[in-house]
Amino acid sequence: MGIMDHKAPEAHQPFEDFRREEARIKRGKRRQNWTFTALFALALIGSCIVGEVDIPEFVEGLPAFFNYFGETMPDIRTESAAGDIADWYWGIDRWLVLLWDTVLIAFLATLFGFVGAFVLCFPAARNLNSNSWSYFICRRILEFGRSVPELVFALIFVFSFGIGPIPGVLAIALHSCGALGKLFSEINENVDLGPADGVAAAGGNWFQKIAYGVVPQVFPNFMSYTLLRFEINVRAASVVGFVGAGGIGQELMTVIRQFIYQDISAIVLMLVLAVILIDISCEKLRHRAIGEVKTI
Amino acid sequence: MTGLQLSADILGAALIHPEAFHRGTPQKRLRFWSAWVGIFLFTIYCFYTLGFFDISRLISGFEKLFGVVSFMLPPKAHGRTWVFLHALLETLGMAFLGTLLASLASVPLGFLGAKNVVSNRLFHFTLRRFVDFLRGIDALIWALVWINVVGLGPFAGILAIAVTNTGELSKLFSEAIENVDHKPMEGVRSCGANAVQTIRFAVLPQVFPVILSNSLYYFESNTRSATILGIVGAGGIGLQLADRIRVMAWDQVSVLIIMILITVYGIDALSNRVRQQFI
Repeated sequence: MGIMDHKAPEAHQPFEDFRREEARIKRGKRRQNWTFTALFALALIGSCIVGEVDIPEFVEGLPAFFNYFGETMPDIRTESAAGDIADWYWGIDRWLVLLWDTVLIAFLATLFGFVGAFVLCFPAARNLNSNSWSYFICRRILEFGRSVPELVFALIFVFSFGIGPIPGVLAIALHSCGALGKLFSEINENVDLGPADGVAAAGGNWFQKIAYGVVPQVFPNFMSYTLLRFEINVRAASVVGFVGAGGIGQELMTVIRQFIYQDISAIVLMLVLAVILIDISCEKLRHRAIGEVKTI
Repeated sequence: MTGLQLSADILGAALIHPEAFHRGTPQKRLRFWSAWVGIFLFTIYCFYTLGFFDISRLISGFEKLFGVVSFMLPPKAHGRTWVFLHALLETLGMAFLGTLLASLASVPLGFLGAKNVVSNRLFHFTLRRFVDFLRGIDALIWALVWINVVGLGPFAGILAIAVTNTGELSKLFSEAIENVDHKPMEGVRSCGANAVQTIRFAVLPQVFPVILSNSLYYFESNTRSATILGIVGAGGIGLQLADRIRVMAWDQVSVLIIMILITVYGIDALSNRVRQQFI
């Protein structure tokens, strides 16, 4: 009896510990939740103030928004559809040339970016470069290239080279070089070093080691990323035109600024279709580029 | 002896892997070389069409660029530090509110666009195309449209980010919802839950982490896009940047570029930490 009395509280002990622990965790969770809610509310209010959010103005402007879309819609009647579409796309010849220019800008920028990235990615790979200085410098160059948006480069280049496609190509190339270089150096860091060591053992220097030991392994992946970058660059090329760097973007900016409504929808539709088309064809090519790895 | 052994080994290997020991069939080589020659010729054509053969223009451009870069150093804010910091805060606010609005709009759109929630084909197709339309038009173009509606300033940028991201996020969300595990749904339904309760207790717990992590990722990428929206007039640090370039205050331009770099790195690091902690 006495033994039982003595034991009972001890049997409850783990349970109470559990409850205390549970309460503590719950308190912690609750505190965390409140902190998050407070931080979130703070960010929300702060953003609304600095973002000049103005709901009445938004509501007031909303009809104008729908009007804007209404205005850009072409009037196509069923009885004269062909003529109306021809009317809508009155500038198709010029626009197609500009669209083609945009694709060329993207191509050339991708090519330049690829060359730059290809040169920098080997010294920027930890496993291929033991010289910490050149590693550091290449890394920083690539980081700078990909962190500054294309449009910022484009603004500066338009100032120096004048309006036209050249600043667009250079701006996108610089950004692609940074973005591709980072991806390439990551691929390099995952490479199998066996072949490279083999070349070194046979008396090859650093360049031969890279050329015969590393490049054959990584090239298909490089091509795949470059094609993906080309897709991204087509979009970028259509946008850098907004600051005067050539292509269809420049024309789009003009018609938006001058409120030539129906041209806006015509050009935007053309642009979206072109981007979709390029995306699809690049995806096919990309699968072929990666497919090569599997067959070898 | 060993030499003979080696050459016999090589011959054996050549029999097993003939493609490694000669340079492919003539057809293959022709295709390879014609591809490279084609790319080369196309590059020349690009140079010609885009005006890269205008050497004098290139030289004067690079000279001018060199001048610009030398004016950029050392970076100096000339007493505009607070203006720039406010613009930076504005950019962050734009990204935050844009992402928030997009996430809020994308949750219902994502549910409606998922095949396993609404099975009507026509509805599904229409909604998907609508979302594609939102996504297909660049944020900068949306910014230009919104500027016509709410005027110049960061609010137009917020709306532009919100619209483009709604297109992207609702596509991702509906894909996540389409891929949910069906067993919890059956379980909840077998307890007598209606459609809304099934979504709340069986679907939402599965897709919520996806929604959260994608929203975080888009916040990160939106800080980048918010920096450039200002260039067309939608507020933030881009507005300052375009303005300073227009008046050729290059040392202030480099201050702004450095601020953009620091912000991008900072947000990257921050979201990496948040992601590691919560997801």
